[in-house]
Amino acid sequence: MSLVYTEDQEQFRESIQRFLNDQMPATKVRQLMATDHALDKTVWQQASEQLALTGIHIPEDFGGAGFGAVELGIALEEMGKSLFCGPYFSSAVLSAYALMLCGDDDQQEQWLSGIASGERKACLAVTETYGLWQENDIQATATLQSSSNALLNGQKCFVIDGQSADLLVVAARLDTGIGLFVADMHTTGITVQALDTMDSTRKMANIQLSDVQATPLAHMTENWLDMLLNVACIALSAEMIGGAQRLLDSAIDYTQLRYQFGRSIASFQAIKHRLADLLLEVELGRSAAYQALNTLANCDLREPNAEQLSKLTEHASLAKAAVSEVYLLAALETIQLHGGIGFTWENDTHLWFKRAKSSEVLLGTPAEHRERMLTAIEAGLTLKENAA
Amino acid sequence: MSLYNEVAQWLDDHWDPNMSLLAWRSLVADSGWGAPSWPSDYYGRDMSPQDANVVEQAFGDFGAIGAAQSGVRMLAAVTLLAHGSHEQKQKYLRGILTGEDQWCQLFSEPGSGSDLAGATTRADLRGDEWIVNGQKVWNTSAHHAQYGLLLARTDWDAPKHQGLSYFIIDMEQSGVEVRQIAQMNGHASFNEVFMTDAVVQRDDLVGNVGGGWKCAMTTLANERRSFDRARDVGSRKGRQGKIFTDLEEEFAIANAPYTWYPQRAGRVDLIIEQATVTGAIGDPAQRQDIARLHIMAESAKWTGDRAKAAVKAGKPQGPEGSLGKLAASNVARLAARVHTAIAGNDALLTGPDSPMDGVIAEVLVSTPAISIAGGTDEIQKNIIAERVMGLPKEPRFDDGPFRHVRRNTSSPDTQS
Repeated sequence: MSLVYTEDQEQFRESIQRFLNDQMPATKVRQLMATDHALDKTVWQQASEQLALTGIHIPEDFGGAGFGAVELGIALEEMGKSLFCGPYFSSAVLSAYALMLCGDDDQQEQWLSGIASGERKACLAVTETYGLWQENDIQATATLQSSSNALLNGQKCFVIDGQSADLLVVAARLDTGIGLFVADMHTTGITVQALDTMDSTRKMANIQLSDVQATPLAHMTENWLDMLLNVACIALSAEMIGGAQRLLDSAIDYTQLRYQFGRSIASFQAIKHRLADLLLEVELGRSAAYQALNTLANCDLREPNAEQLSKLTEHASLAKAAVSEVYLLAALETIQLHGGIGFTWENDTHLWFKRAKSSEVLLGTPAEHRERMLTAIEAGLTLKENAA
Repeated sequence: MSLYNEVAQWLDDHWDPNMSLLAWRSLVADSGWGAPSWPSDYYGRDMSPQDANVVEQAFGDFGAIGAAQSGVRMLAAVTLLAHGSHEQKQKYLRGILTGEDQWCQLFSEPGSGSDLAGATTRADLRGDEWIVNGQKVWNTSAHHAQYGLLLARTDWDAPKHQGLSYFIIDMEQSGVEVRQIAQMNGHASFNEVFMTDAVVQRDDLVGNVGGGWKCAMTTLANERRSFDRARDVGSRKGRQGKIFTDLEEEFAIANAPYTWYPQRAGRVDLIIEQATVTGAIGDPAQRQDIARLHIMAESAKWTGDRAKAAVKAGKPQGPEGSLGKLAASNVARLAARVHTAIAGNDALLTGPDSPMDGVIAEVLVSTPAISIAGGTDEIQKNIIAERVMGLPKEPRFDDGPFRHVRRNTSSPDTQS
């Protein structure tokens, strides 16, 4: 397992940092979040073509750069730091992994290359009314017309970047179980209703499906939903730890500049100890995120064995539960350490606070993931007992 | 011949489990295999840490016993190697390796804990002897130590850190009185040491007069590692021969102060087992707490792994390296809470009446120590804030000649 980044990985991180510092300062985030799609086409094109971020983790055979989860994690961490606006998480992460997990070779070739190049922006619609990544929350129906065509009906909710995507990857219920289907967003019968999100850097939509023609993905395994949720949690954790670090940095900077009682408030132990506690939490969260990325990098995505699946689920839910709480804590502490200015619209802290709040709930609350992690640990113990 | 084979050959030629432990370790010390990374002038072989690991590996594979490592002895060795005179190294290092001599640390005082440099135990030179008066506290194993590593004030007109000197003191003299301190968990790992006109020979000053703080820092920097070593020694239980009987006897004494240390850390390893026994594993609220603890403990472990990997890769250490102790405190505190909830009413009991023959009860009454021992959480947070995050220091009120610095006391009322 690699706990230390290589020189190449460090350079990759620095190039992303430079790019984001130039192209995605907080002023730009504020501009984009006030728009419908939070998408700057020039920045998106540069991120996709010059830095190849959209295909970093996609196999070379399907148009990507062929790196793995660790490199994807670096990109996400830096994007989380700068609050990158654009359909990266929805298209390059969620939709791309859905296709990598569940598409056959032809399907991956057909759709992944466009996602890898950034030309095509996909969204993933799994959840419905309750926002749960569970089979029983998926009530949209699919009726097979042929092996390559199905008719979809129902409503998908909380679809990230649903309003700016041009390709839909959607979960629906067949007689035989839940499947994933792909349709062009312009297909007749798809209605998109944009939602007003508290975190306006993360756009969401509800999607109505009415007799929509779609292509079923051909490699649906028994555990695909768990696997996809694991990947999503791990990727989100990487993004979240970047955001948490950014908050901590701004708290450290601000408390040193702020003078009261004739001294920097960072010289008071009341402030120092809060920051030291926060640094500890952020570093623990970072370890959880990095460990999960490593576990993902070493997991067979398409055919994981039972042991790999339980370990990946344990580490994915551990990271999601841990890092989402750290992120929110960092946001709350940073507001507190800024005093009154931290509660103003003008100060940037609330942008990250809202991303933290959104990330806390997205993909399942910390409590849900603690339970999911413990269940996976118990499953792992049972596997060990049976083997012994 | 490879280094590994050379060691194996030497062991093959000399190892005899029916020897006494002392006789064997004398051989080991004199051969240089007991401390291969030490200088060849002083019972070592000038080896790199990597080669020293090979030697240790060879000893382990062969099943042979190495040099004595338990307790404070290695802290003494490291400090003497760094700051001691030629004569001191010749006189003391061998007894450290053979296990003949036990050592203890005499640093903390009732009035100087976190503020260690505020020590007021005094050493005054009279002729060829330093005469020592004062009181030390929290001295692990002092009750069976032959030698103490003593930090005492020799100059009252110098600023506080510059008026301290570092000595080796003979613990077996009439001017030194050692009393064990009973702890709230029933163990007595520490002592208080009273020195009344105790004598230190002039040759037993380590380093220069006034250079004690630097020496003390060397000792403290190595403090953590020594505990890890102390636990290793127990792993050869059940082997046959006089040498192993001797080892077990030594271990029983040397390890006595540390038997509760695993409980002090919270025994996270027992959580799922105990929760299954009591049925707490089926309670949704308890499962949340158990999961929280697991997350914290795993994250802390991985943070330590990251720190070690960075050092191994020759990278500058990031913040992860300074956080272990604080993380351990948080883990232990949460573990005690979760163990209590899992045990329910059984947490009212102790000893054989309580879960796991008292182990869980010992967790509950031992964990408060971990956030104090070896530097309190509050001091750790100051260090993290100032050295890792670069925050400004608090204003201080203890500069200038130590004579004029306000003394530390437990209660301001007693100050006159």
